Amino acid sequence: MTAPHPGPHSDPVGHTGPVPALSIRGLAKRFGGKIAVDGISLDVPAGSFFGIVGPNGAGKTTTLSMATGLLRPDFGTAVVHGVDVWARPLEAKKLMGILPDGVRLFDRLTGEQLVTYSGLLRGMDKDVVAVRVGELLEALDLAPDAGNLVVDYSAGMTKKIALASALIHAPRLLVLDEPFESVDPVSASNIRGILDRYVGSGGTVIVSSHVMDLVQRMCDHVAVVAAGRLLAAGTVDEVRGGESLEDRFVQLVGGRNHTEGLEWLGTF
Amino acid sequence: MVGHLLRLKLTLLRNGLRRSPWQLVGMAFGGLYALGLVGALVVALVLLRRADPELAQTVVVLGGSAALLGWGIVPVAASAVDMTLDPSRFTTSAIPMRQLLTGLALGGLIGIPGIATALVALATVWTWARGPLPAVAALVGAAVGVLSCIVLSRVVTTATASLAASRRFKDASAIVFMVPLVLMGPIVAGVGRGVSASTGFLPELAGTLSWTPLGAVWSLGGDVAAGRPVEAAVKLLVALATLAGLAWCWKLLLERALVNPPYAGSGSRKGGKLGLLGLMPATPAGAVTARALIYWLRDPRYAGSLVVVPLLPILLVFQGSRTGDYGTLAFAAPLAAFLLAWSISADVSYDNTAFALHLATGVKGADDRLGRALACLAFALPVVLIFAVGQCFFTGSWDALPGQLGLSLGILFTGLGLSSVVSARYTVTVPLPGDSPFKKPPGNVGQTMAVQFAGMGILGLLLLPEIVLRIAQLVTGNVLFGWANLAVGLFLGLGLFVAGVRLGGKWLDARGPELLAQLTINR
Repeated sequence: MTAPHPGPHSDPVGHTGPVPALSIRGLAKRFGGKIAVDGISLDVPAGSFFGIVGPNGAGKTTTLSMATGLLRPDFGTAVVHGVDVWARPLEAKKLMGILPDGVRLFDRLTGEQLVTYSGLLRGMDKDVVAVRVGELLEALDLAPDAGNLVVDYSAGMTKKIALASALIHAPRLLVLDEPFESVDPVSASNIRGILDRYVGSGGTVIVSSHVMDLVQRMCDHVAVVAAGRLLAAGTVDEVRGGESLEDRFVQLVGGRNHTEGLEWLGTF
Repeated sequence: MVGHLLRLKLTLLRNGLRRSPWQLVGMAFGGLYALGLVGALVVALVLLRRADPELAQTVVVLGGSAALLGWGIVPVAASAVDMTLDPSRFTTSAIPMRQLLTGLALGGLIGIPGIATALVALATVWTWARGPLPAVAALVGAAVGVLSCIVLSRVVTTATASLAASRRFKDASAIVFMVPLVLMGPIVAGVGRGVSASTGFLPELAGTLSWTPLGAVWSLGGDVAAGRPVEAAVKLLVALATLAGLAWCWKLLLERALVNPPYAGSGSRKGGKLGLLGLMPATPAGAVTARALIYWLRDPRYAGSLVVVPLLPILLVFQGSRTGDYGTLAFAAPLAAFLLAWSISADVSYDNTAFALHLATGVKGADDRLGRALACLAFALPVVLIFAVGQCFFTGSWDALPGQLGLSLGILFTGLGLSSVVSARYTVTVPLPGDSPFKKPPGNVGQTMAVQFAGMGILGLLLLPEIVLRIAQLVTGNVLFGWANLAVGLFLGLGLFVAGVRLGGKWLDARGPELLAQLTINR
């Protein structure tokens, strides 16, 4: 990580199109001796449903944390709808709804309290918050458990309540890190419906996942990240080039694809 | 298989220590403490060899019974039993029950409490080394006794496992256990007084206990030494039956637990009750205040320190009743002010990575600081006022009230301001959310100590005016110093409070992501 090297989308000067929802340039982060993100540049067009895929430890979470103002990058910038995340953080955070992966919640609050809390923290009006909390809990099938403490929720319910907290202020950009992990199929399809409608009305969604099938069906754009670098980005059809996204992904990442050995597994 | 289990336990222990050198330090301290205690007990038991047999028998039987009882009670009360070899983790390994039981029982010996109990129990052999037969009897007793201790603790933990898995029980037991811990001094003193008042009764108690499952196993050596082999034989039977009964109970419970894993669910409740969040003003600072107050009540890590506060005057009154001088009561209000104000210096550390929500929503640092401080102030202020007035009421010296109030309020406001600055910048190691308040996780102990000591030093400096004025009043007896102290405590204190919230807010705005990164490491 000597200098942030330009990625495939590094074109900050000649950019003439509409302002992207998220534009990151040369983001890099080192943890101790390990380089987690090694100069990623990427534009997420406004109104797109953008998937970020990559193997475990590829740097997806680190990249998204740096793009959303949760983790200070060593190099690079992140701009949300024209607002620099690290120069004007409070303004940028108003535009974003964030579902971080692997952080705790204030889980001694009830589900309803938690979503209300995240609305009030953003300075929203009490009555607006109350109406939206009710609708969000209903839409995410959480209404029957709204009065239970989040600490007693299952993993999937916890994911959903965190998603509700990220949606409450109607952000222009949603950044969701692994939103479907341990969520049941019915709720997952509910969430997809909500997100599709949101994108249809002009919002932008970024999801990270390692379920290729899901990304191929759900997203219109995709970026492939491995070992802290961006390997490919564009519309889903561009990136997969006629193959399934999963096959293309394995080619790009260069994973070992051998299934020899383990013959004893059939001997019972 | 038993060997495998023991090796597993040792490997787990070693790998745990390898994770962080500080854990090694912690274990070394625990070990030293236990070593001191064990050393003292062993020396006492060795010296008992020359004592009158009846006295020795009384001490050994009572001590042994207490140890056995302790092994039964402590794991439940502290919910702190060592679960490195949690039976439920072996469910899928299909280990024969008999070997699993033996392995787990012997595994329970590895660890500071097990080794300490075994050493002390073995020392009783020396106590009864008044001939070969008594020594052998004591050795048998010690071996059976130590095994009984461990099996009993396993029975109790297995029986309460499903109970202990429920969050409510964990929360409640953690707080309830706090009370006897804080009142340890008075309790020990009271028991000591009771015991010394009724020494004649103790041999009788020991005699009775020695026929019960609690004490039988510890009385073998003494009975043989006193020439009562028949009694000893009967007691050996009682002891063996106890151990067998306990083992049988454990086996039954374990068999059931392995196929019915604990279920920690609870019924579902509909929303509609926002509680404090609905009552507070709908601003970011108001929301933070409401959330912090909810945590003070619901999170045992906070509630634990709340429980201490009402016990404080009880402790001081007890102290006073022993010396007849109630002057120490003057410490109640300042001490409570300090404890409560300083407790929020670890507020962000208590949040752990849940703090990410504050960062993601873009709360202004000052709102975050103010909300947390106001939540603490909401109950700390009445507590301090009541303690200060109560002390004057109790001692009848109303002259002291203004100065006392000035000092206490000064400590409260200044402490809250300083805590707001400290927790905006530094994290300390605290029990993780959901853990028992008694569990200190391994972490950066060095930084924790440095932050605590430096913070308290600075607090002392900031409080110099109030302290000097209070001393001046005590020395000269001039009430004017008291009124001056009240003014200084209020205005300087409030000034420092506002300054602390502002500075802390500024630091938080500038370094929020770094703070979250530190919390992520502590996680």
